[in-house]
Amino acid sequence: MNSNKPVTAQVISGEKSGFTLGPLQMGPVCCNPQPVIEVENLSLRYGDKTALDKVTLDIYRGCITALIGPSGCGKTSFLSAINRLTDLIPNCVIGGRIRVDGLDIHTAESNVQALRQKVGMVFQKPTPFPLSIRRNLSLPLREHGVTRRSEIDAISEQVLRDVGLWDEVCDRLDTVALSLSGGQQQRLCIARALALNPQILLMDEPCSALDPIASGVVEDLISHLRGRYTIVIVTHNLAQARRIANYAAFFWVKERAGHLVEFGRCQHIFESPTHQLTAAYISGARG
Amino acid sequence: MIWSKRYILFPLKLTDSLLQGILRVGAVISALAMLLISLFLIVESWPILGQISPVRFFTDASWHPLEGAYHLMPMLAGTLYASAGALLLAIPLGIASALFIVYYASPRLAKWYKRLVELLAGIPSVVFGFWGLTTLVPLINQLHPPGASLLAAILILTLMILPTITLTAYSALMAVPVEFLLNATALGLSRWGMIHGVAFPAARTGIIAGIILAMARAIGETMAVLMVAGNVVQYPDGLFDPIRTLASNIVLEMGYAMGDHRAMLFVSGLLLMLMLMMLSGMAGWLGRNRCA
Repeated sequence: MNSNKPVTAQVISGEKSGFTLGPLQMGPVCCNPQPVIEVENLSLRYGDKTALDKVTLDIYRGCITALIGPSGCGKTSFLSAINRLTDLIPNCVIGGRIRVDGLDIHTAESNVQALRQKVGMVFQKPTPFPLSIRRNLSLPLREHGVTRRSEIDAISEQVLRDVGLWDEVCDRLDTVALSLSGGQQQRLCIARALALNPQILLMDEPCSALDPIASGVVEDLISHLRGRYTIVIVTHNLAQARRIANYAAFFWVKERAGHLVEFGRCQHIFESPTHQLTAAYISGARG
Repeated sequence: MIWSKRYILFPLKLTDSLLQGILRVGAVISALAMLLISLFLIVESWPILGQISPVRFFTDASWHPLEGAYHLMPMLAGTLYASAGALLLAIPLGIASALFIVYYASPRLAKWYKRLVELLAGIPSVVFGFWGLTTLVPLINQLHPPGASLLAAILILTLMILPTITLTAYSALMAVPVEFLLNATALGLSRWGMIHGVAFPAARTGIIAGIILAMARAIGETMAVLMVAGNVVQYPDGLFDPIRTLASNIVLEMGYAMGDHRAMLFVSGLLLMLMLMMLSGMAGWLGRNRCA
Protein backbone atom coordinates (compact mmCIF):
# COMPACT_ATOMS: atom_id res chain seq x y z
CA MET A 1 0.00 0.00 0.00
CA ASN A 2 2.69 2.38 -1.05
CA SER A 3 0.86 4.64 -3.40
CA ASN A 4 3.01 7.67 -3.00
CA LYS A 5 6.38 6.11 -3.55
CA PRO A 6 7.86 6.55 -6.98
CA VAL A 7 6.93 3.84 -9.41
CA THR A 8 10.36 2.27 -9.66
CA ALA A 9 10.50 1.76 -5.94
CA GLN A 10 7.24 -0.15 -6.06
CA VAL A 11 8.59 -2.47 -8.67
CA ILE A 12 11.65 -3.21 -6.62
CA SER A 13 9.65 -3.80 -3.47
CA GLY A 14 7.55 -6.33 -5.41
CA GLU A 15 10.67 -8.40 -6.05
CA LYS A 16 11.09 -9.63 -2.51
CA SER A 17 7.88 -11.60 -2.55
CA GLY A 18 9.46 -15.02 -3.00
CA PHE A 19 8.17 -15.85 -6.44
CA THR A 20 8.86 -19.20 -7.99
CA LEU A 21 7.97 -18.18 -11.52
CA GLY A 22 10.74 -17.40 -13.93
CA PRO A 23 11.62 -13.77 -14.55
CA LEU A 24 9.33 -11.65 -16.63
CA GLN A 25 9.74 -11.99 -20.37
CA MET A 26 11.96 -9.02 -20.12
CA GLY A 27 11.20 -5.57 -21.23
CA PRO A 28 11.73 -2.29 -19.55
CA VAL A 29 9.34 -1.66 -16.69
CA CYS A 30 7.45 1.40 -15.80
CA CYS A 31 10.26 3.86 -15.56
CA ASN A 32 10.72 3.50 -19.28
CA PRO A 33 7.26 2.65 -20.52
CA GLN A 34 6.91 0.40 -23.50
CA PRO A 35 3.43 -0.24 -24.82
CA VAL A 36 2.31 -3.86 -24.96
CA ILE A 37 -1.33 -3.22 -25.79
CA GLU A 38 -1.96 -0.45 -28.28
CA VAL A 39 -5.56 0.58 -28.69
CA GLU A 40 -6.35 2.94 -31.53
CA ASN A 41 -9.72 4.56 -32.11
CA LEU A 42 -11.56 1.64 -30.54
CA SER A 43 -15.31 1.93 -30.96
CA LEU A 44 -17.66 -0.71 -29.69
CA ARG A 45 -21.36 -0.99 -30.34
CA TYR A 46 -23.98 -3.44 -29.11
CA GLY A 47 -26.65 -3.17 -31.80
CA ASP A 48 -27.59 0.51 -31.77
CA LYS A 49 -26.05 1.24 -28.42
CA THR A 50 -22.56 2.67 -28.49
CA ALA A 51 -20.60 1.44 -25.51
CA LEU A 52 -17.25 2.96 -26.39
CA ASP A 53 -16.43 5.79 -28.72
CA LYS A 54 -12.97 6.26 -30.26
CA VAL A 55 -10.77 5.23 -27.39
CA THR A 56 -7.04 5.50 -27.96
CA LEU A 57 -4.85 4.21 -25.20
CA ASP A 58 -1.53 2.42 -24.66
CA ILE A 59 -1.07 -0.10 -21.87
CA TYR A 60 2.51 -0.38 -20.68
CA ARG A 61 4.40 -3.58 -20.11
CA GLY A 62 4.76 -4.77 -16.56
CA CYS A 63 2.59 -2.03 -15.11
CA ILE A 64 -0.78 -2.02 -13.43
CA THR A 65 -3.25 0.14 -15.28
CA ALA A 66 -6.51 0.92 -13.51
CA LEU A 67 -9.65 1.74 -15.44
CA ILE A 68 -11.91 3.95 -13.37
CA GLY A 69 -15.20 5.68 -13.97
CA PRO A 70 -18.90 5.32 -13.24
CA SER A 71 -20.95 2.24 -14.16
CA GLY A 72 -21.91 1.91 -17.79
CA CYS A 73 -19.00 3.91 -19.13
CA GLY A 74 -17.57 1.00 -21.08
CA LYS A 75 -14.73 -0.14 -18.82
CA THR A 76 -15.72 -3.78 -18.91
CA SER A 77 -16.42 -3.60 -22.64
CA PHE A 78 -12.95 -2.20 -23.14
CA LEU A 79 -11.48 -5.03 -21.10
CA SER A 80 -13.32 -7.78 -22.92
CA ALA A 81 -12.42 -6.33 -26.30
CA ILE A 82 -8.75 -6.96 -25.51
CA ASN A 83 -9.12 -10.75 -25.31
CA ARG A 84 -11.97 -10.80 -27.82
CA LEU A 85 -14.57 -12.03 -25.33
CA THR A 86 -16.78 -9.57 -27.18
CA ASP A 87 -16.90 -12.19 -29.95
CA LEU A 88 -19.44 -14.00 -27.80
CA ILE A 89 -21.95 -11.18 -27.96
CA PRO A 90 -23.98 -11.66 -31.14
CA ASN A 91 -24.59 -8.07 -32.21
CA CYS A 92 -21.37 -6.53 -31.01
CA VAL A 93 -19.53 -4.47 -33.62
CA ILE A 94 -15.96 -3.35 -33.12
CA GLY A 95 -14.22 -0.54 -34.94
CA GLY A 96 -10.64 0.63 -34.66
CA ARG A 97 -7.59 -1.42 -33.92
CA ILE A 98 -6.16 -3.29 -30.96
CA ARG A 99 -2.61 -4.57 -31.10
CA VAL A 100 -1.19 -6.92 -28.52
CA ASP A 101 2.58 -7.24 -28.73
CA GLY A 102 2.45 -5.51 -32.09
CA LEU A 103 -0.03 -7.95 -33.62
CA ASP A 104 -3.50 -6.85 -34.63
CA ILE A 105 -5.89 -9.17 -32.78
CA HIS A 106 -8.69 -8.84 -35.30
CA THR A 107 -6.89 -9.95 -38.44
CA ALA A 108 -7.95 -13.21 -39.99
CA GLU A 109 -4.76 -15.03 -39.10
CA SER A 110 -4.78 -14.13 -35.42
CA ASN A 111 -5.64 -17.17 -33.34
CA VAL A 112 -8.16 -16.29 -30.69
CA GLN A 113 -7.29 -19.23 -28.44
CA ALA A 114 -3.63 -18.27 -28.50
CA LEU A 115 -4.63 -14.68 -27.77
CA ARG A 116 -6.63 -15.76 -24.73
CA GLN A 117 -3.71 -17.85 -23.53
CA LYS A 118 -1.53 -14.76 -23.70
CA VAL A 119 -4.19 -12.46 -22.22
CA GLY A 120 -5.72 -14.02 -19.10
CA MET A 121 -8.85 -12.70 -17.47
CA VAL A 122 -10.26 -12.68 -13.94
CA PHE A 123 -13.88 -11.75 -13.37
CA GLN A 124 -15.74 -10.00 -10.62
CA LYS A 125 -17.48 -13.08 -9.34
CA PRO A 126 -15.07 -15.84 -8.29
CA THR A 127 -15.99 -18.69 -10.60
CA PRO A 128 -14.04 -21.87 -10.05
CA PHE A 129 -15.43 -24.67 -12.18
CA PRO A 130 -17.47 -27.28 -10.27
CA LEU A 131 -14.49 -29.63 -10.37
CA SER A 132 -11.67 -30.49 -8.00
CA ILE A 133 -9.03 -27.86 -7.30
CA ARG A 134 -6.51 -29.94 -9.22
CA ARG A 135 -8.77 -30.30 -12.23
CA ASN A 136 -9.58 -26.59 -12.25
CA LEU A 137 -5.92 -25.99 -13.01
CA SER A 138 -5.26 -28.99 -15.24
CA LEU A 139 -8.25 -28.50 -17.52
CA PRO A 140 -7.02 -25.33 -19.25
CA LEU A 141 -3.45 -26.65 -19.25
CA ARG A 142 -4.46 -29.84 -21.05
CA GLU A 143 -6.48 -27.79 -23.50
CA HIS A 144 -3.36 -25.83 -24.35
CA GLY A 145 -1.29 -28.90 -24.96
CA VAL A 146 0.36 -29.58 -21.58
CA THR A 147 -0.45 -33.25 -21.06
CA ARG A 148 2.36 -34.70 -18.92
CA ARG A 149 1.05 -35.33 -15.44
CA SER A 150 4.31 -34.31 -13.76
CA GLU A 151 4.43 -31.06 -15.68
CA ILE A 152 0.82 -30.25 -14.82
CA ASP A 153 1.45 -30.96 -11.14
CA ALA A 154 4.55 -28.80 -11.16
CA ILE A 155 2.79 -25.86 -12.79
CA SER A 156 -0.21 -26.25 -10.47
CA GLU A 157 1.98 -26.14 -7.39
CA GLN A 158 3.90 -23.17 -8.74
CA VAL A 159 0.84 -21.03 -9.47
CA LEU A 160 -0.85 -22.02 -6.22
CA ARG A 161 2.26 -20.88 -4.39
CA ASP A 162 2.29 -17.67 -6.42
CA VAL A 163 -1.21 -16.79 -5.27
CA GLY A 164 -0.44 -17.90 -1.71
CA LEU A 165 -2.95 -20.73 -1.79
CA TRP A 166 -0.62 -23.71 -1.71
CA ASP A 167 -0.28 -23.95 2.06
CA GLU A 168 -4.03 -23.65 2.45
CA VAL A 169 -5.04 -26.32 -0.04
CA CYS A 170 -2.06 -28.62 -0.68
CA ASP A 171 -3.61 -31.43 1.38
CA ARG A 172 -6.98 -31.27 -0.33
CA LEU A 173 -6.31 -30.73 -4.01
CA ASP A 174 -8.92 -33.32 -4.91
CA THR A 175 -11.80 -31.68 -3.08
CA VAL A 176 -14.29 -29.63 -5.00
CA ALA A 177 -13.15 -26.05 -5.57
CA LEU A 178 -16.57 -24.71 -4.59
CA SER A 179 -15.82 -25.67 -0.99
CA LEU A 180 -13.20 -22.91 -0.78
CA SER A 181 -14.04 -19.52 0.69
CA GLY A 182 -14.78 -16.60 -1.63
CA GLY A 183 -11.32 -15.10 -1.37
CA GLN A 184 -9.68 -18.49 -1.89
CA GLN A 185 -11.90 -19.10 -4.90
CA GLN A 186 -10.84 -15.81 -6.44
CA ARG A 187 -7.18 -16.58 -5.83
CA LEU A 188 -7.74 -19.98 -7.44
CA CYS A 189 -9.21 -18.20 -10.46
CA ILE A 190 -6.13 -15.99 -10.63
CA ALA A 191 -3.92 -19.09 -10.31
CA ARG A 192 -5.89 -20.72 -13.10
CA ALA A 193 -5.25 -17.73 -15.34
CA LEU A 194 -1.55 -17.67 -14.35
CA ALA A 195 -1.16 -21.39 -15.11
CA LEU A 196 -1.33 -20.64 -18.82
CA ASN A 197 1.67 -18.36 -18.42
CA PRO A 198 0.01 -15.25 -19.81
CA GLN A 199 1.74 -11.92 -20.37
CA ILE A 200 -1.29 -9.84 -19.64
CA LEU A 201 -3.96 -10.15 -16.97
CA LEU A 202 -7.30 -8.44 -17.36
CA MET A 203 -9.16 -8.06 -14.08
CA ASP A 204 -12.76 -6.97 -13.91
CA GLU A 205 -13.35 -5.74 -10.37
CA PRO A 206 -11.63 -8.77 -8.87
CA CYS A 207 -12.12 -7.65 -5.28
CA SER A 208 -15.61 -6.22 -5.25
CA ALA A 209 -17.40 -9.50 -4.49
CA LEU A 210 -15.11 -10.25 -1.53
CA ASP A 211 -15.14 -9.30 2.11
CA PRO A 212 -12.64 -6.61 3.19
CA ILE A 213 -10.02 -9.06 4.45
CA ALA A 214 -10.14 -11.35 1.43
CA SER A 215 -10.22 -8.26 -0.74
CA GLY A 216 -7.05 -7.01 0.93
CA VAL A 217 -5.31 -10.34 0.35
CA VAL A 218 -6.23 -10.33 -3.33
CA GLU A 219 -5.19 -6.70 -3.66
CA ASP A 220 -1.78 -7.45 -2.17
CA LEU A 221 -1.48 -10.36 -4.55
CA ILE A 222 -2.22 -8.13 -7.51
CA SER A 223 0.39 -5.61 -6.56
CA HIS A 224 2.89 -8.46 -6.07
CA LEU A 225 2.22 -9.52 -9.64
CA ARG A 226 3.37 -6.14 -10.89
CA GLY A 227 6.38 -6.30 -13.15
CA ARG A 228 5.81 -9.94 -13.83
CA TYR A 229 2.59 -9.41 -15.73
CA THR A 230 0.98 -6.48 -17.42
CA ILE A 231 -2.23 -5.92 -15.49
CA VAL A 232 -5.32 -4.00 -16.54
CA ILE A 233 -7.78 -3.73 -13.70
CA VAL A 234 -11.28 -2.29 -13.62
CA THR A 235 -12.15 -1.03 -10.19
CA HIS A 236 -14.81 1.10 -8.59
CA ASN A 237 -12.70 1.42 -5.52
CA LEU A 238 -10.74 4.62 -6.10
CA ALA A 239 -8.62 4.12 -3.03
CA GLN A 240 -7.65 0.73 -4.33
CA ALA A 241 -6.77 2.11 -7.75
CA ARG A 242 -4.65 4.71 -6.06
CA ARG A 243 -2.87 2.12 -3.93
CA ILE A 244 -1.97 -0.38 -6.60
CA ALA A 245 -1.99 1.26 -10.04
CA ASN A 246 0.88 2.83 -11.95
CA TYR A 247 -1.37 4.26 -14.59
CA ALA A 248 -5.01 5.18 -14.52
CA ALA A 249 -7.53 5.72 -17.28
CA PHE A 250 -10.67 7.64 -16.49
CA PHE A 251 -13.78 6.84 -18.53
CA TRP A 252 -16.94 8.89 -18.58
CA VAL A 253 -20.34 8.65 -20.28
CA LYS A 254 -20.93 11.40 -22.84
CA GLU A 255 -24.08 11.32 -24.94
CA ARG A 256 -24.75 7.80 -23.72
CA ALA A 257 -21.45 6.48 -25.03
CA GLY A 258 -18.30 5.70 -23.10
CA HIS A 259 -15.33 7.98 -23.68
CA LEU A 260 -11.80 8.01 -22.39
CA VAL A 261 -11.45 11.33 -20.63
CA GLU A 262 -7.97 11.17 -19.29
CA PHE A 263 -5.09 8.75 -19.11
CA GLY A 264 -1.83 9.15 -17.29
CA ARG A 265 0.32 8.22 -14.34
CA CYS A 266 -1.75 7.26 -11.38
CA GLN A 267 -0.22 9.96 -9.25
CA HIS A 268 -0.97 12.53 -11.88
CA ILE A 269 -4.60 11.44 -12.30
CA PHE A 270 -5.24 11.44 -8.58
CA GLU A 271 -3.27 14.46 -7.52
CA SER A 272 -3.28 16.88 -10.42
CA PRO A 273 -5.83 15.81 -13.03
CA THR A 274 -5.91 18.03 -16.09
CA HIS A 275 -9.56 17.47 -16.82
CA GLN A 276 -12.31 18.98 -14.72
CA LEU A 277 -14.46 15.86 -14.89
CA THR A 278 -11.64 13.76 -13.56
CA ALA A 279 -11.09 16.11 -10.69
CA ALA A 280 -14.79 16.07 -9.87
CA TYR A 281 -14.97 12.27 -10.00
CA ILE A 282 -11.84 11.75 -7.93
CA SER A 283 -12.98 14.15 -5.28
CA GLY A 284 -16.40 12.52 -5.19
CA ALA A 285 -18.24 15.56 -6.54
CA ARG A 286 -19.48 13.62 -9.57
CA GLY A 287 -20.18 10.02 -10.42
CA MET B 1 -23.83 -23.39 6.00
CA ILE B 2 -27.26 -22.35 7.09
CA TRP B 3 -28.64 -22.35 3.56
CA SER B 4 -27.98 -26.03 3.16
CA LYS B 5 -30.61 -26.69 5.81
CA ARG B 6 -33.97 -27.69 4.44
CA TYR B 7 -35.95 -26.34 7.31
CA ILE B 8 -35.67 -22.74 8.22
CA LEU B 9 -37.83 -21.78 11.12
CA PHE B 10 -40.12 -18.87 10.46
CA PRO B 11 -42.77 -17.69 12.89
CA LEU B 12 -46.02 -19.22 11.65
CA LYS B 13 -48.65 -16.83 10.36
CA LEU B 14 -52.18 -17.76 9.35
CA THR B 15 -51.46 -17.93 5.60
CA ASP B 16 -48.37 -19.90 6.39
CA SER B 17 -50.20 -22.47 8.41
CA LEU B 18 -52.94 -22.66 5.77
CA LEU B 19 -50.36 -23.28 3.06
CA GLN B 20 -48.58 -25.75 5.27
CA GLY B 21 -51.84 -27.63 5.72
CA ILE B 22 -52.49 -27.80 1.97
CA LEU B 23 -48.95 -28.93 1.24
CA ARG B 24 -49.18 -31.55 3.93
CA VAL B 25 -52.38 -32.96 2.48
CA GLY B 26 -50.73 -33.11 -0.95
CA ALA B 27 -47.69 -34.85 0.44
CA VAL B 28 -49.81 -37.36 2.36
CA ILE B 29 -51.88 -38.15 -0.74
CA SER B 30 -48.82 -38.86 -2.88
CA ALA B 31 -47.22 -40.95 -0.18
CA LEU B 32 -50.47 -42.85 0.37
CA ALA B 33 -50.86 -43.55 -3.34
CA MET B 34 -47.41 -45.07 -3.46
CA LEU B 35 -47.99 -47.12 -0.31
CA LEU B 36 -51.44 -48.30 -1.34
CA ILE B 37 -50.33 -49.39 -4.79
CA SER B 38 -47.45 -51.37 -3.33
CA LEU B 39 -49.78 -52.87 -0.75
CA PHE B 40 -52.30 -53.74 -3.45
CA LEU B 41 -49.65 -55.46 -5.54
CA ILE B 42 -48.46 -57.44 -2.55
CA VAL B 43 -51.97 -58.44 -1.48
CA GLU B 44 -52.91 -59.52 -4.98
CA SER B 45 -49.76 -61.54 -5.47
CA TRP B 46 -49.94 -63.06 -2.00
CA PRO B 47 -51.84 -66.23 -3.07
CA ILE B 48 -48.74 -67.33 -4.92
CA LEU B 49 -46.01 -65.62 -2.91
CA GLY B 50 -47.27 -67.30 0.25
CA GLN B 51 -47.45 -70.67 -1.46
CA ILE B 52 -44.25 -71.18 -3.42
CA SER B 53 -40.75 -69.98 -2.93
CA PRO B 54 -39.76 -67.00 -5.12
CA VAL B 55 -36.71 -69.00 -6.16
CA ARG B 56 -39.00 -70.96 -8.45
CA PHE B 57 -39.60 -67.87 -10.59
CA PHE B 58 -36.03 -68.24 -11.67
CA THR B 59 -35.62 -72.02 -11.65
CA ASP B 60 -38.83 -73.44 -13.12
CA ALA B 61 -38.55 -75.09 -16.50
CA SER B 62 -40.86 -72.78 -18.42
CA TRP B 63 -43.67 -70.23 -18.30
CA HIS B 64 -46.78 -72.39 -18.31
CA PRO B 65 -48.76 -70.78 -15.53
CA LEU B 66 -51.78 -73.02 -15.99
CA GLU B 67 -49.63 -76.06 -15.33
CA GLY B 68 -47.85 -74.49 -12.41
CA ALA B 69 -44.59 -73.57 -14.18
CA TYR B 70 -43.69 -70.01 -13.36
CA HIS B 71 -40.43 -69.22 -15.09
CA LEU B 72 -40.15 -65.42 -15.32
CA MET B 73 -36.57 -65.15 -16.44
CA PRO B 74 -37.08 -65.04 -20.24
CA MET B 75 -39.50 -62.15 -19.87
CA LEU B 76 -37.28 -60.40 -17.38
CA ALA B 77 -34.40 -60.81 -19.82
CA GLY B 78 -36.60 -59.52 -22.65
CA THR B 79 -37.45 -56.42 -20.62
CA LEU B 80 -33.84 -55.80 -19.70
CA TYR B 81 -32.46 -56.40 -23.21
CA ALA B 82 -35.00 -54.09 -24.82
CA SER B 83 -34.53 -51.30 -22.27
CA ALA B 84 -30.77 -51.58 -22.18
CA GLY B 85 -30.59 -51.56 -25.99
CA ALA B 86 -32.84 -48.53 -26.18
CA LEU B 87 -30.82 -46.68 -23.53
CA LEU B 88 -27.60 -47.57 -25.31
CA LEU B 89 -28.89 -45.89 -28.45
CA ALA B 90 -30.89 -43.07 -26.91
CA ILE B 91 -28.36 -41.77 -24.35
CA PRO B 92 -25.67 -40.78 -26.86
CA LEU B 93 -28.24 -39.61 -29.40
CA GLY B 94 -30.20 -37.60 -26.85
CA ILE B 95 -27.16 -35.96 -25.31
CA ALA B 96 -25.76 -35.20 -28.74
CA SER B 97 -29.06 -33.58 -29.75
CA ALA B 98 -29.09 -31.49 -26.60
CA LEU B 99 -25.50 -30.37 -27.20
CA PHE B 100 -26.42 -29.52 -30.76
CA ILE B 101 -29.37 -27.38 -29.66
CA VAL B 102 -27.48 -25.57 -26.91
CA TYR B 103 -24.03 -25.06 -28.38
CA TYR B 104 -23.88 -25.69 -32.10
CA ALA B 105 -27.15 -24.91 -33.90
CA SER B 106 -28.03 -21.41 -35.03
CA PRO B 107 -30.76 -19.93 -32.82
CA ARG B 108 -33.44 -20.41 -35.46
CA LEU B 109 -32.50 -24.00 -36.24
CA ALA B 110 -32.23 -24.75 -32.51
CA LYS B 111 -35.73 -23.43 -31.95
CA TRP B 112 -37.26 -25.57 -34.67
CA TYR B 113 -35.28 -28.64 -33.81
CA LYS B 114 -36.27 -28.37 -30.18
CA ARG B 115 -39.93 -28.02 -31.15
CA LEU B 116 -39.63 -31.13 -33.23
CA VAL B 117 -38.20 -33.07 -30.30
CA GLU B 118 -41.00 -31.79 -28.10
CA LEU B 119 -43.51 -33.03 -30.66
CA LEU B 120 -41.84 -36.42 -30.63
CA ALA B 121 -42.41 -36.49 -26.88
CA GLY B 122 -46.08 -35.85 -27.47
CA ILE B 123 -46.76 -38.86 -29.70
CA PRO B 124 -48.87 -41.42 -27.82
CA SER B 125 -47.22 -44.78 -27.35
CA VAL B 126 -49.95 -46.64 -29.23
CA VAL B 127 -49.19 -44.53 -32.30
CA PHE B 128 -45.54 -45.44 -32.00
CA GLY B 129 -46.60 -49.07 -31.81
CA PHE B 130 -48.88 -48.69 -34.80
CA TRP B 131 -46.15 -47.12 -36.87
CA GLY B 132 -43.72 -49.79 -35.76
CA LEU B 133 -46.14 -52.55 -36.68
CA THR B 134 -46.89 -51.25 -40.16
CA THR B 135 -43.51 -49.79 -41.13
CA LEU B 136 -40.66 -50.92 -38.96
CA VAL B 137 -41.58 -54.57 -38.58
CA PRO B 138 -41.96 -55.20 -42.37
CA LEU B 139 -38.64 -53.45 -42.93
CA ILE B 140 -36.88 -55.64 -40.41
CA ASN B 141 -38.67 -58.63 -41.88
CA GLN B 142 -36.97 -57.95 -45.22
CA LEU B 143 -33.64 -57.92 -43.42
CA HIS B 144 -34.30 -61.03 -41.39
CA PRO B 145 -37.69 -62.63 -40.72
CA PRO B 146 -39.89 -62.58 -38.70
CA GLY B 147 -39.55 -58.83 -38.22
CA ALA B 148 -41.37 -58.59 -34.92
CA SER B 149 -38.28 -58.78 -32.76
CA LEU B 150 -36.04 -57.49 -30.02
CA LEU B 151 -34.56 -55.08 -32.57
CA ALA B 152 -37.98 -53.60 -33.37
CA ALA B 153 -38.68 -53.17 -29.66
CA ILE B 154 -35.31 -51.49 -29.12
CA LEU B 155 -35.81 -49.08 -32.01
CA ILE B 156 -39.33 -48.10 -30.98
CA LEU B 157 -38.26 -47.62 -27.36
CA THR B 158 -35.30 -45.53 -28.49
CA LEU B 159 -37.62 -43.17 -30.34
CA MET B 160 -39.88 -42.97 -27.32
CA ILE B 161 -37.24 -42.14 -24.73
CA LEU B 162 -35.08 -39.97 -26.97
CA PRO B 163 -37.09 -36.78 -26.33
CA THR B 164 -37.02 -37.34 -22.56
CA ILE B 165 -33.24 -37.56 -22.55
CA THR B 166 -32.81 -34.71 -25.03
CA LEU B 167 -35.12 -32.29 -23.25
CA THR B 168 -33.83 -32.94 -19.74
CA ALA B 169 -30.23 -32.71 -20.93
CA TYR B 170 -31.19 -29.49 -22.72
CA SER B 171 -32.61 -27.96 -19.54
CA ALA B 172 -29.62 -29.11 -17.51
CA LEU B 173 -27.18 -27.59 -19.99
CA MET B 174 -29.15 -24.36 -20.20
CA ALA B 175 -29.00 -24.11 -16.41
CA VAL B 176 -25.18 -24.09 -16.42
CA PRO B 177 -24.28 -20.60 -15.16
CA VAL B 178 -23.08 -18.35 -17.93
CA GLU B 179 -20.07 -17.38 -15.78
CA PHE B 180 -18.66 -20.88 -16.20
CA LEU B 181 -18.83 -20.54 -19.95
CA LEU B 182 -17.34 -17.04 -19.87
CA ASN B 183 -14.46 -18.20 -17.69
CA ALA B 184 -13.86 -21.22 -19.87
CA THR B 185 -13.80 -19.07 -22.99
CA ALA B 186 -11.51 -16.53 -21.36
CA LEU B 187 -9.09 -19.37 -20.60
CA GLY B 188 -8.90 -20.07 -24.32
CA LEU B 189 -10.80 -23.35 -24.12
CA SER B 190 -12.22 -24.59 -27.40
CA ARG B 191 -15.96 -25.12 -27.66
CA TRP B 192 -15.56 -28.84 -27.14
CA GLY B 193 -13.11 -28.28 -24.30
CA MET B 194 -15.65 -26.06 -22.60
CA ILE B 195 -18.44 -28.57 -23.17
CA HIS B 196 -16.72 -31.68 -21.89
CA GLY B 197 -14.59 -29.96 -19.28
CA VAL B 198 -17.04 -27.53 -17.71
CA ALA B 199 -20.62 -27.64 -19.00
CA PHE B 200 -20.93 -31.39 -18.80
CA PRO B 201 -19.75 -31.85 -15.21
CA ALA B 202 -21.93 -28.92 -14.17
CA ALA B 203 -25.00 -30.41 -15.85
CA ARG B 204 -24.31 -34.00 -14.88
CA THR B 205 -26.91 -34.35 -12.15
CA GLY B 206 -29.67 -33.08 -14.41
CA ILE B 207 -28.66 -35.28 -17.31
CA ILE B 208 -28.62 -38.35 -15.09
CA ALA B 209 -32.07 -37.50 -13.75
CA GLY B 210 -33.30 -37.48 -17.35
CA ILE B 211 -31.71 -40.85 -18.01
CA ILE B 212 -33.46 -42.32 -14.95
CA LEU B 213 -36.81 -41.02 -16.22
CA ALA B 214 -36.12 -42.46 -19.64
CA MET B 215 -35.12 -45.78 -18.15
CA ALA B 216 -38.33 -45.96 -16.16
CA ARG B 217 -40.31 -45.29 -19.28
CA ALA B 218 -38.42 -47.91 -21.30
CA ILE B 219 -38.86 -50.61 -18.67
CA GLY B 220 -42.50 -49.86 -18.06
CA GLU B 221 -43.54 -49.24 -21.66
CA THR B 222 -46.15 -51.78 -22.67
CA MET B 223 -48.31 -50.93 -25.64
CA ALA B 224 -45.75 -50.02 -28.28
CA VAL B 225 -43.48 -52.90 -27.34
CA LEU B 226 -46.38 -55.33 -27.33
CA MET B 227 -47.18 -54.38 -30.91
CA VAL B 228 -43.72 -54.91 -32.37
CA ALA B 229 -41.85 -57.42 -30.20
CA GLY B 230 -43.49 -60.67 -31.32
CA ASN B 231 -44.27 -61.71 -27.74
CA VAL B 232 -42.78 -65.20 -27.78
CA VAL B 233 -41.68 -66.25 -24.30
CA GLN B 234 -38.04 -67.14 -24.91
CA TYR B 235 -34.50 -66.01 -24.36
CA PRO B 236 -33.64 -64.19 -27.60
CA ASP B 237 -30.58 -65.57 -29.41
CA GLY B 238 -30.08 -62.40 -31.33
CA LEU B 239 -31.54 -59.05 -32.23
CA PHE B 240 -33.94 -60.58 -34.74
CA ASP B 241 -35.62 -62.99 -32.30
CA PRO B 242 -39.03 -62.11 -30.88
CA ILE B 243 -39.23 -61.35 -27.18
CA ARG B 244 -41.92 -60.85 -24.58
CA THR B 245 -41.47 -58.28 -21.86
CA LEU B 246 -42.90 -58.52 -18.36
CA ALA B 247 -45.21 -55.57 -18.98
CA SER B 248 -46.54 -57.01 -22.24
CA ASN B 249 -47.10 -60.32 -20.51
CA ILE B 250 -49.39 -58.74 -17.97
CA VAL B 251 -51.53 -57.12 -20.68
CA LEU B 252 -51.59 -60.23 -22.85
CA GLU B 253 -52.72 -62.61 -20.14
CA MET B 254 -54.67 -60.46 -17.71
CA GLY B 255 -57.85 -60.94 -19.75
CA TYR B 256 -58.18 -64.62 -19.01
CA ALA B 257 -55.94 -65.25 -16.02
CA MET B 258 -57.46 -66.63 -12.85
CA GLY B 259 -56.30 -67.87 -9.47
CA ASP B 260 -52.58 -68.51 -9.19
CA HIS B 261 -52.01 -67.38 -12.75
CA ARG B 262 -53.58 -64.02 -11.98
CA ALA B 263 -51.54 -63.70 -8.81
CA MET B 264 -48.46 -64.53 -10.83
CA LEU B 265 -49.13 -61.57 -13.11
CA PHE B 266 -49.23 -59.33 -10.06
CA VAL B 267 -45.91 -60.80 -9.03
CA SER B 268 -44.55 -59.71 -12.42
CA GLY B 269 -45.85 -56.23 -11.72
CA LEU B 270 -44.21 -56.26 -8.31
CA LEU B 271 -40.98 -57.43 -9.88
CA LEU B 272 -41.09 -54.59 -12.43
CA MET B 273 -41.58 -52.10 -9.65
CA LEU B 274 -38.73 -53.50 -7.57
CA MET B 275 -36.47 -53.50 -10.61
CA LEU B 276 -37.22 -49.85 -11.34
CA MET B 277 -36.61 -48.89 -7.73
CA MET B 278 -33.30 -50.68 -7.70
CA LEU B 279 -32.13 -49.25 -10.99
CA SER B 280 -33.08 -45.68 -10.18
CA GLY B 281 -31.48 -46.04 -6.78
CA MET B 282 -28.32 -47.22 -8.47
CA ALA B 283 -28.39 -44.45 -11.04
CA GLY B 284 -29.02 -41.91 -8.32
CA TRP B 285 -26.02 -43.22 -6.44
CA LEU B 286 -23.84 -43.06 -9.54
CA GLY B 287 -24.99 -39.53 -10.23
CA ARG B 288 -24.86 -38.25 -6.68
CA ASN B 289 -23.81 -34.68 -6.60
CA ARG B 290 -20.14 -34.70 -5.71
CA CYS B 291 -20.17 -30.93 -5.40
CA ALA B 292 -22.34 -31.01 -2.31
